[in-house]
Amino acid sequence: MKAKIIITPKKAVVDPQGKTVQSALAHMGYKGVGAVHVGKYLEIDLTGTDKETARKQIDDACHRILSNPVIEDYRFEIE
Amino acid sequence: MNFAVLQFPASNCDQDAVHVLRNVFGHSARLVWHKENSLGDTDAVVIPGGFSYGDYLRTGAIARFSPVMQAVQTFAAGGGLVLGICNGFQILCEAGLLPGALIRNRSLQFRCEHIFLKTATPDSPFTNQIPPEKLLRLPIAHGEGCYFADELTLSRLEANRQILWRYVNAQGEATESANPNGSLDNIAGICNEARNVAGLMPHPERACEQILGSVDGRLIFESVIHALENRSSALAQESPAIAA
Repeated sequence: MKAKIIITPKKAVVDPQGKTVQSALAHMGYKGVGAVHVGKYLEIDLTGTDKETARKQIDDACHRILSNPVIEDYRFEIE
Repeated sequence: MNFAVLQFPASNCDQDAVHVLRNVFGHSARLVWHKENSLGDTDAVVIPGGFSYGDYLRTGAIARFSPVMQAVQTFAAGGGLVLGICNGFQILCEAGLLPGALIRNRSLQFRCEHIFLKTATPDSPFTNQIPPEKLLRLPIAHGEGCYFADELTLSRLEANRQILWRYVNAQGEATESANPNGSLDNIAGICNEARNVAGLMPHPERACEQILGSVDGRLIFESVIHALENRSSALAQESPAIAA
């Protein structure tokens, strides 16, 4: 199995990277580009076979270390 | 006094902190490696600046789970004084010992320069020797020093007088242009509600000797030393037999 995790800055947190990318896209002539949020993507190989156990474990890890709940949101899939 | 200065892989201000505590103030200071489980006989802990664990994942995110940080949690819970400088501040926030978080500077630039700080709360173990209205001229060197907390946390910090220092201009005004990293409310340093754990982004240990251009950093260490001396004399009065 594999966990695919996406971590993004919370909406309330200023995201200067996102703003800079947004204005770069506008300068390059891309039309209709709105707010950009720059986050992180993690892939974790899992050796177990039980999806529910894996889900609980990854959720715990996301909350404790992989993301910082003060400034980030996360979501993940187990495949 | 016995100071413990933590040392993580990629700490880089650890030796500066030890030098200042030993050679400027004449106190005992020893380095405590991140794998140690105990702080030993320690009156106060300094978590120095640097890039612990390469800043991987987030600044301070991995350091907070090191064995020595478990000992710091216990030390802080017992009322021990803990001062986090720069990366040390980031680690304390990640560890939940201080509220909020430090994120990428709003300019996206690494800022390395001298700034002015104004003390917002003079009656703490970290600020008690700073004269009223005195502006501290200290160096900063960071890419991720933008202090962030949600509105509720910010209002609690304000109500409990936990904001210790703000970035100001040479006239002492907390303006946007005096804010080097976009920190909310120009916050440069805070303490916890119990007032025994503090963190700040500027480097007082780099401003304790005239040859370095400023000695204003001394006032912060002198405050900590003063607080420790007060504690030990209070303890001696309570239990004279033990002190003797």
